[in-house]
Amino acid sequence: MTTPAWVPRKRRGAEFFLTVLAVFIGIFAYAAVGLGVEGTIPADTYKLGFALILVAVATHLIVRRVAPYADPVLLPLVIALNGLGLAMIYRLDLGRQQINPDRAAFANSQLVWTAVGIIAFAAILILIRDHRRLQTLTYTFGAAAIGLLILPLLPGIGRTINGARIWVSFAGFSFQPGEMAKVCLAIFFAGYLVVKRDALALAGRRVLGIDLPRGRDLGPILGCWLISVGILVLQRDLGSSLLFFGLFVVMLYVATERPGWIVVGGLLFGLGAYFGYAAFSHVRVRFDAWLDPFGDPDRNGQIINGLFGLAHGGVLGQGLGQGSPQLTPYSFSDFIAASMGEELGLTGLMAILLIYGLIAERGLRIALTCRDAFGKLLAAGLAFSFALQVFVVIGGVTRLIPLTGLTTPFMAQGGSSVVMNWAIIGLLLRISDQTRRPAPEISTFDSNDETQVVKLS
Amino acid sequence: MSELTLTLIKLGFLAVLWLFVLSAVSVIRSDIFGTKAPSAPRAAKQKAPATPKPKPRSRKPPRGVPTKLQVVSGANAGQSVPLGEGPILLGRGTDAAIRLDDDYVSTRHARFATNGEQWFVEDLGSTNGTYLGSQRITTPVPIGLGIQVRLGKTIVELQK
Repeated sequence: MTTPAWVPRKRRGAEFFLTVLAVFIGIFAYAAVGLGVEGTIPADTYKLGFALILVAVATHLIVRRVAPYADPVLLPLVIALNGLGLAMIYRLDLGRQQINPDRAAFANSQLVWTAVGIIAFAAILILIRDHRRLQTLTYTFGAAAIGLLILPLLPGIGRTINGARIWVSFAGFSFQPGEMAKVCLAIFFAGYLVVKRDALALAGRRVLGIDLPRGRDLGPILGCWLISVGILVLQRDLGSSLLFFGLFVVMLYVATERPGWIVVGGLLFGLGAYFGYAAFSHVRVRFDAWLDPFGDPDRNGQIINGLFGLAHGGVLGQGLGQGSPQLTPYSFSDFIAASMGEELGLTGLMAILLIYGLIAERGLRIALTCRDAFGKLLAAGLAFSFALQVFVVIGGVTRLIPLTGLTTPFMAQGGSSVVMNWAIIGLLLRISDQTRRPAPEISTFDSNDETQVVKLS
Repeated sequence: MSELTLTLIKLGFLAVLWLFVLSAVSVIRSDIFGTKAPSAPRAAKQKAPATPKPKPRSRKPPRGVPTKLQVVSGANAGQSVPLGEGPILLGRGTDAAIRLDDDYVSTRHARFATNGEQWFVEDLGSTNGTYLGSQRITTPVPIGLGIQVRLGKTIVELQK
């Protein structure tokens, strides 16, 4: 049996076909919401349709132009999720305003943030022509990550919303710097670990069957991680602490190829969770809501509503616009997965989870096929943090694990999340383009030429 | 809006959603199992006799599988190391496969590694660089039989 030769193909045609389908899903969902809630197709369907088509055409052309060999499925998957999210947020706006007409509508601002996200996506693809350039800025990104995490703690611009001090607001805009810090931290870890991985894996003492690296090799990365997690604990942002910790452990594991790191990370996480439970009341509340939500229905109303919503949805769902997901607090951001489950049912939620799974799979695939170690680590880190985030938030909503506040990528209402997730996709497509590009021709020099000693100045 | 229409819309939407997921999977599938492999090599074969050779080369690149890494020129000329699965490190250090006695070579100078089909040479951040012809390499570069790679004053190549 011969292994099929891998022929580098651009596959932009396949991407275009999938993009058309993704845009159709978004417009269909929006129209179905209008039909379900008001009995007519909303008058401004053309607005959303136009915006989605614009997004699709713009991103498609950008990718065709600056990253022609990039992965063909990543972009359509993301557009589909974004379209679904926009339709669901619009649906929840309608539902929430039926209860109380004064409630804020989020669909338009989400559309604007999506546009900003596309701009970030385009800027990354256009400005960063080679992801290895980022490696030279390793420590800059590490410092930037810490700076971004400290930002909400500063008096004046920091804001505490719902008990977590993770917001920064100025000039009327508010955003969560943590989302951006995640990407900076991934770049820092990747750049640092590429340089130090041999030292981390080989030099050091063996304690209890685990090779511990030397302090000076691990020091900077441990320090950066301690600072970031410490800040997050101070800000009471459990979800992000978990996400950063997972990112740290997995990138160490990928860089050093030592399964011991996973064991150590798991133990440390267990220890941290236990101390968190013992020391912080807000952690205890989350655990109790997870183990026994019906013990205190007043306090755990949100998660109970989410569960009722999922049950109401059943296998096929109530149909878009026909359930009542608006009854759950934060049904448009933290609990959008439950809203989707109620209106699209298990069938629809499974499709959405599969889309997330495919995005993570493409990311890890990019890491597998990437030729340089930095790109490998960065792609693996970004893909893993994406997958972990989806697991933590949807696992929390469905009561598989305790609920922690993370955003559902691309669907949940929230500007910083949408923008940074588009940026992550931009980075992944950039690495993917480098990876799938055919290897440079060796015949640029003639192998018959005598190699010569070239004098370097 | 009648109940029936809404149910049809609901089911239709779920069907479109799954159609999308499955088409994405089918695109990925062709990625994993290789694209239509025969078409490309055949096309290349058909083309080859039709177009005259662009340049009359004095020597065709030798065909076959390389089995050893040979030092062609320099202080260690004549030494060789058999190629296996693992990567081969060249340099002045003690952990190098061939300890090159060359002042212009770094302790850990360059690495030769294979993915099972193709050999690559990668510079390990050496002071004086690794050269293919007159080009200093910065990334892993695929190399074939008889392509000379220069490290300091030493020249090595893959041989059968």
